[in-house]
Amino acid sequence: MAARPRQNLYSAWRTVKDHLATSLAILATLLVVAPLVAIFVYLIYKGASSLNLAFFTQIPKPEGEVGGGMANAIVGSAVVLGVASFFGIPIGIGGGIYLAEFGRGTKLANAIRFTADVLNGVPSIVMGIAAFSLIVVPMHHFSAFAGGVALGIMMIPTVTRTTEEMLLMVPHSVREAALGLGVPNWRSVLSITLKTASPGVITGCMLAFARVAGETAPLLFTALGNQFWSVTLNHEISALPLQIYNYAISPYDDQHRQAWAGSLVLIALIVIAVSLVRFFTSRGTLKGAS
Amino acid sequence: MSNLHVPNPAAGNPEGSAPIRIAVPAAEQPLSQAEQPISAVRRYLLSRGSSSVSDRIFAGIMLLCALVIFALVALIATELITQSRPSWHAFGLSFFYHYNVDPITHLPLFWDPVNGVFYALPFVYGTLITSLVALCIAVPLAIGLAIFLTEMCPRWLRSPLSFFTELLAAIPSVVYGLWAIFVLVPLLRDNINPIFIRIFQLPVLEKLLGWTHLFGDNGLFGGVNLGLGLLGAGAILAIMILPIIAALTREVMSAVPNSQREAALALGATRWEMIRMAVLRNARIGIVGSIILGLGRALGETMAVAMVIGNSPEIHLSLLSMGHSMASVIANEFSEATSDMHRSALIEVGLALFLVTIIVNACARLLVWAVTRGAPARVQ
Repeated sequence: MAARPRQNLYSAWRTVKDHLATSLAILATLLVVAPLVAIFVYLIYKGASSLNLAFFTQIPKPEGEVGGGMANAIVGSAVVLGVASFFGIPIGIGGGIYLAEFGRGTKLANAIRFTADVLNGVPSIVMGIAAFSLIVVPMHHFSAFAGGVALGIMMIPTVTRTTEEMLLMVPHSVREAALGLGVPNWRSVLSITLKTASPGVITGCMLAFARVAGETAPLLFTALGNQFWSVTLNHEISALPLQIYNYAISPYDDQHRQAWAGSLVLIALIVIAVSLVRFFTSRGTLKGAS
Repeated sequence: MSNLHVPNPAAGNPEGSAPIRIAVPAAEQPLSQAEQPISAVRRYLLSRGSSSVSDRIFAGIMLLCALVIFALVALIATELITQSRPSWHAFGLSFFYHYNVDPITHLPLFWDPVNGVFYALPFVYGTLITSLVALCIAVPLAIGLAIFLTEMCPRWLRSPLSFFTELLAAIPSVVYGLWAIFVLVPLLRDNINPIFIRIFQLPVLEKLLGWTHLFGDNGLFGGVNLGLGLLGAGAILAIMILPIIAALTREVMSAVPNSQREAALALGATRWEMIRMAVLRNARIGIVGSIILGLGRALGETMAVAMVIGNSPEIHLSLLSMGHSMASVIANEFSEATSDMHRSALIEVGLALFLVTIIVNACARLLVWAVTRGAPARVQ
């Protein structure tokens, strides 16, 4: 088949454009992957070379001295995150249950869903200000409790939305079977529906947890940071992200080294927490749910 | 599910095939689960009323939990408004555009906590410029990545690649900041900025385009090259918002029905023409929505910006100059605020940030929502 030359030229031009677009897309992908690889490699290299036992067992040395660790920050992070989960997870799951089980299709539920999505996008520093004026100002001092509340507020919308989505995947027949056996509705929701969806709900909670675990901004003026041991809710407390921030902007090389080690530990903790939960809950995923 | 949600930063991927679509399987159903009426069987069973008291109490408690979300937004808003009242009374709306003139240097003076001068213009400027720079870098890359992932990527590469980009979203902001201080800033200072400086100070360009004031020594790339500053902050922001934009763009692009692609290909389109005519055109509103969502994230990003923007409340045209953003000034000065007025002014900056991000997020949400609800699209 001999096509006319003009057509040939045109389709050649189209092929060139096609190849051009393909290579641009591949180039974009490479450009995205490059900094990622750089961040991870650099983080692992710097972090691993700075980690030692003292990092996990000692509290910070005074400025300028070499050595010390972030033991108090690791414990402090655990305390603050514990408070946050105590507030954030039950309220979030409750909200999700309402949206999926009671408020389905109502205007109120749509409004709540929308507000949750918008609240999700509010900057974390604003949450910090809110917790500051709600708790720190009336109590007249910074505290671990205030930091936990700030992070807890941030967890609620995420947990609510994921819980709702997971509950919506539970088939109607499961609920109807429970109700048909004479189980009261509240019992059916808690021990049948929520339990069926629990792998997904737990994953959602862990994702919210992982998200707030790395937050620094809301802790800056609620938990404030602390160079010493502290486990009480009533005092300033240190946290890993806070300590990383303080060390990163300090002028001492040894503190930079510790900041890298802290970053590696923080990310490792987040990844381990998330993948552990994934691993333990992956067997019961909802297959064939409508 | 008819409405999209921001894929959670740490959302890795359990099965490997569809990482952000944890719970978005229902695009093919005409009526999403949330809109389905309760079945007749269930209504009958519920209405027997053997446990109506405890059921009602339970439903009430769950409703309260849901209403907490409303209460939180209201509480945050009222706290911010009451706490920023002193500064509002002192400066009014001029807080956001006015400035004093320094009596000695005759330069504009925006923010001087010691002498009680509080005008927020440089922070608004810094936030806008860094977000703009971030969008300019991130949007083309994110769309390119999304096109590659949905249309071109071989199957075996797809899930590791998307998992990898989602890891990018799981890294805490402060770690980005740390990396930016020690890797990105030196890289910009030594390797990338000199190229831009050379281009923008070419005498030819200066002569031809001098009227735009973007070229030459006082232009976009004039002044001292420290690496820190607006450009550095914009660059790190771009890396941070990339995964968000890419994930959502991918989601709206794969919501385009396959029949559209097949139709374009059947008419003889090349792959690029198919992408342009069938995919991008159908997904454009959703893509705009995801870009706005990325903008919302960029506006409020705090720690990484605070660590590289340089922290000086001034306004310069040059992208190499130091600046300050709305979030970073709060992070830097709040816990050390010297006076009540200082604190109140910072809270007013926070209030402005709150309102702006709420509006931006609501717009983005509505756009993405409209797209995914309007078209009964089929998931690939």
